[in-house]
Amino acid sequence: MTAQELPISGDADVVRVRQAVRAAAVQAKLSLVDQTKLVTAASELARNTLTYGGGGGALVEQVDNGLRKGVKAVFRDKGPGIADVAQALTDGFTSGSGMGLGLGGARRLVDEFAIETAPGDGTTVTVVKWAR
Amino acid sequence: MERLPILKIGQMLLVSIQVDLRDDMVIALQEDLADRIVETGARGVVIDITALDIVDSFTGRMLATIAALSRVLDAETVVVGMRPAVAITLVELGLSLDGIKTALDVERGMRLLSSARGTAR
Amino acid sequence: MTSEPFGDLIDRCRAAEDDLVRRWRADVAASLRGRISEIELDKELREILDAVLSAVASADGADTRSAAYGEVRALLVDLSRGRALQGFSPRETAISVFALKKAVRDSVGTGPEFTAFSDVIDELGLFTFESYAKTREEVISNQAEQLLELATPVVKLWQGVVALPLVGTLDSARAQVVMEKLLQTLVDTGSEYAIIDITGVPAVDTQVAQHLLKTIVAARLMGAECIISGIRPQIAQTIVALGIEFGDIATKATLADALLLALGRIGVDVTAEMSKRGL
Repeated sequence: MTAQELPISGDADVVRVRQAVRAAAVQAKLSLVDQTKLVTAASELARNTLTYGGGGGALVEQVDNGLRKGVKAVFRDKGPGIADVAQALTDGFTSGSGMGLGLGGARRLVDEFAIETAPGDGTTVTVVKWAR
Repeated sequence: MERLPILKIGQMLLVSIQVDLRDDMVIALQEDLADRIVETGARGVVIDITALDIVDSFTGRMLATIAALSRVLDAETVVVGMRPAVAITLVELGLSLDGIKTALDVERGMRLLSSARGTAR
Repeated sequence: MTSEPFGDLIDRCRAAEDDLVRRWRADVAASLRGRISEIELDKELREILDAVLSAVASADGADTRSAAYGEVRALLVDLSRGRALQGFSPRETAISVFALKKAVRDSVGTGPEFTAFSDVIDELGLFTFESYAKTREEVISNQAEQLLELATPVVKLWQGVVALPLVGTLDSARAQVVMEKLLQTLVDTGSEYAIIDITGVPAVDTQVAQHLLKTIVAARLMGAECIISGIRPQIAQTIVALGIEFGDIATKATLADALLLALGRIGVDVTAEMSKRGL
């Protein structure tokens, strides 16, 4: 159960984060659909870290609560932070303006979702997906 | 930067995505396709995503943009080969890709374009 | 080499190993009531005893989570898995470990160091119980999965048309499995039409209706169309009362009507097909 720390500073890093999350999800024996959901959520969040947080890092690790295995991914940036979290979580990506954060969508794809942010203080998003 | 190859088959263009998509490649594809449609006078575009194991909101929006763009240039776009897990995830994500034509595979996608436009040779 | 809290307990156990195993085996065998042979049990317990004594004698002897206990844990996982799969009760499984305490007490005697040893056995007993529970969970979830598989047959009706006759109550978990299986079948059979027949579904709630809708949207993303058939009057009323929009989704009263619709869209001439097949 090794944790993997990955930098996010370019488009290629987003791909690497996806691959790391996929590998962890396969190891934790998530179903194909759950793997796909988690990797998609990770892709949204890694892109947010890059685009809105000005880059940062991701931590990917396997977790075990005694009954089930899962994968936890943490996305951190030292960007401007989010002033209105509730608004950021409402679906914006369908507006087509390109301003959507994908946060609300990512939240629906995982089992646990936590966000820590304050204006000027960066943003940390933690997600967990458990094997069914 | 790596660019996605665009093949011309009859009056159609075929893009078969076989690599892990980076955002910059997605943006480049959008530009390249618009150029190629005008250049070749293609009437249809088939985007094969059989090999893609995820489609996130960025890629989803790109597909919608390509479809809109090609429509303006008088060409129809069909997205083919979306995997079940990808489709389920997109629905959960809230992206229904309205206005995009879809087909199970490249062959059916091409047939769909041909019958829609009567361009079968 | 013996670590402090256990004094010379380990040496005394080693000296009395045969007597210890005999007493331990007797207790365990009584609880298992002959469902495992004495020879098998003897081998199993000897292995565990040997591993436990070696682990306790190591520098990390008091810490059952340490690397020194690796082999012990592996043996206990084997034991609890085996017991769980053979249908032994939690009590019968746990006693296999806890009975060692009594055997040591009766055979080697209690001293101040017995307390430390007893703590170790308690920890190992709990560990055994935990892995027993884990195996049971796995067995149960496997069975649940198999039941789901059984309850969701996807059948091919025609080249390009598959049907999913749903029977029984649909809960969220089952709806999800059904959805995945149907979509996978579309790919595997290259079918552009799927008929979801809900004649056998007694009731539909908001969640299930949402799952149906999601399946239909997902199928469209893949290039296939779904037709829902067999909507009973009560269910139609529920759907309307819940305010669920079925929008432009094709619905038909019966599976036969749905099949005709699909064949029509594919462009199959039924009369011609019948004469071709001599019907």
